[in-house]
Amino acid sequence: MENKTIIQLKDIVVRFDGETILDRINLSIKDKEFVTFLGPSGCGKTTTLRIIGGFLYPDSGDLLFNGKKINDVPPHLREVNTVFQKYALFPHLNVYDNIAFGLKVKHLPKDEIHDRVMTMLKTVNLEGFEKRRIHQLSGGQQQRIAIARALVNYPKVLLLDEPLGALDLKLRKEMQIELKNMQQKLETTFIYVTHDQEEALTMSDTIVVMNEGEVQQIGTPQDIYNEPQNAFVADFIGESNIMNGVMHKDFWVEFGGQKQACVDKGFKPMQPVDVVVRPEDIDLVKPEEADLKGEVLSVVFKGVHYEITVACNGLEWIIHTTNAARVGEQVGLRFDPDDIHIMNKLFTRTTNLLTGTVVDEDTISFLQDLEMKRPGHGFAPGSSVQLTISPVDIQLVSEDHSDMVAYLETLIYKGAYNEVLLYVEKPEPMQLLVHTQNDEQVGTDVGLKFNFDQIKIEALPTAAGIPGTEKK
Amino acid sequence: MLKLSRRFLLPYGIWMILFTVVPLGMVAYFAFFDQGQFTTAGITRIFSFMPNLLLSFKLALIATVVSLLLAYPFAYILSRKPERSRITYMMLMMLPMWMSFLLKTYAWMTLLEDTGIINNLLSALHLPTFHMINTEGAVILGMIYDFLPFMIMPLYTVMIKIDRSVIEAAQDLGANSAHILFRVVMPLSLPGIVSGVTMVFVPAVSTFYISQKLGGGKITLIGDIIESQFKQVYNFNFGSAMSLTLMILIFIVMGIMNHFDNEAIEGTLV
Repeated sequence: MENKTIIQLKDIVVRFDGETILDRINLSIKDKEFVTFLGPSGCGKTTTLRIIGGFLYPDSGDLLFNGKKINDVPPHLREVNTVFQKYALFPHLNVYDNIAFGLKVKHLPKDEIHDRVMTMLKTVNLEGFEKRRIHQLSGGQQQRIAIARALVNYPKVLLLDEPLGALDLKLRKEMQIELKNMQQKLETTFIYVTHDQEEALTMSDTIVVMNEGEVQQIGTPQDIYNEPQNAFVADFIGESNIMNGVMHKDFWVEFGGQKQACVDKGFKPMQPVDVVVRPEDIDLVKPEEADLKGEVLSVVFKGVHYEITVACNGLEWIIHTTNAARVGEQVGLRFDPDDIHIMNKLFTRTTNLLTGTVVDEDTISFLQDLEMKRPGHGFAPGSSVQLTISPVDIQLVSEDHSDMVAYLETLIYKGAYNEVLLYVEKPEPMQLLVHTQNDEQVGTDVGLKFNFDQIKIEALPTAAGIPGTEKK
Repeated sequence: MLKLSRRFLLPYGIWMILFTVVPLGMVAYFAFFDQGQFTTAGITRIFSFMPNLLLSFKLALIATVVSLLLAYPFAYILSRKPERSRITYMMLMMLPMWMSFLLKTYAWMTLLEDTGIINNLLSALHLPTFHMINTEGAVILGMIYDFLPFMIMPLYTVMIKIDRSVIEAAQDLGANSAHILFRVVMPLSLPGIVSGVTMVFVPAVSTFYISQKLGGGKITLIGDIIESQFKQVYNFNFGSAMSLTLMILIFIVMGIMNHFDNEAIEGTLV
């Protein structure tokens, strides 16, 4: 499928109320492709779609359509059409006039309008509905009318903003297949926005995984599932065991309490990494047949498979298998080297390095207005020091009992605790790493409480730059 | 549940019987009975005041149309504004409603008089002065000033409910600003237009104080004639008959309006 690029986004930035919604999005969409923007709510996927649709202009960056810059072209002059989240059908028009709207404003001949509307009604399986009022239709029917209303204009690109979100599961699955068939038959580029990873895997030629206004990974469904670029993608797509590991050398990784051969290379020696093993890639065997041994904690029947939790070396593993196991049973876990996916960590360090300022002989301030008492620390007032704060010495608490508030960017379960990345804007943009047992909502503000006694104070290493400021 | 709501409805029912049904009955009685004698003279006599009746309808119609033309763009633009500025503008618009109609009409008198504020200002600037008071224009102006908020309110209420995504959908399908106005916003705001027109036209067509104060006795509307029957001539029979006829005429006009309304409402009440 060697198609030309139809839409290109170059360094697109969108800010709103001082907040960066899209942070340098670069993307090429090929003609006749089914592309899905996938990510949690607030990741910027709908904003990206609205940029392409023309309902939002980027603060900087370029949007190209067939190689031509269309940044300032208003929506009614773009060769794209949109299926809106809540359909946005015209309540004062019947089904026929809703579908005919776009053709009528373009003053097409009446016969042609009639032919195209009727053909479109047939395509969406709603023949005989043309005189119906919109409020007389079910959600699924309204949804089809919305698709028909957009497709009847023969757009080069169809934008779909979570079009199946309001439908029940069974109908949604049917519509997924119908939409995919329609796309292949009409040979139109579809850009589809969803937060449902299964939907994305089912329908797409290409998936664009987004988070926090940035593209995390672009690839085929197989790429995204089998070779996730980072722990966020692995966590978001399908279920995963995500563990901390250390890459000893090429093809040799230590994680989960054991060293093991793998197929990855190109990491620095002893580089900390995230290791992902999909639950369905793990086989349950007798303890003596595997290096990794543990005790079954729970067994849940899921229909097609059992979901089994096993504790090995203090870490929880999830395994999907068709073989049942008993709770309390000793088992071995076995997987092949190519089932181990190794990726760079979202946060490069394993601990937090911050710069503090010595206020007086007892007090050091850091971050914004945080002061810690450490009598006799021995550094000169006014000088800067390096603070090492272990991820376990920051607790997530409710905002009114906290030392400060930070924005929760990602939360990933690492087998024994949640690894949390927090974003702090002041005094300078930086990330904090926290290990916690709490489950918190991603994309919200949380309160932080510091274990001041455990913070390590050292002289600033020379010419080290400002620690902890780099993103990723 | 039904019984409970019925019990709560009772006071309203009594109120309506006492202050709507009984007075209406009295109006109807006086319209057909002159000092106990049945007569239809009052009903037919209204047509001897045909010029006044036509003038009332003409001025009310002009005031309604101008109000609609003024209010519609304002309500539309306002409904697309962020909430904070919407509230400010709405407050400014509604503020005059909290003052007495009579007071506001008197204020216009002092503004429009031949030696009033506007003409004084013009002559001070060595510009020609105008004769404004006691003209049809002055009466229409008074009507518009008094009743414009009643046009804006229902229009704004309907427009604020038009989903932004519906307008985006129209844009997306190739509609320019004119298409959006005539093919989407207008049909969806029709119920607001109908109730706004009703709320301006009905009080305008039956007003008497605006024409008295700003028309200076030269412009006699049907409302003035009805008022004089009660207050000067003491002909309750003719006064009531004329009120009744006017009411029926308004009813007919409303009936025609509602015909449009029902068609629109069918589509919008989802």
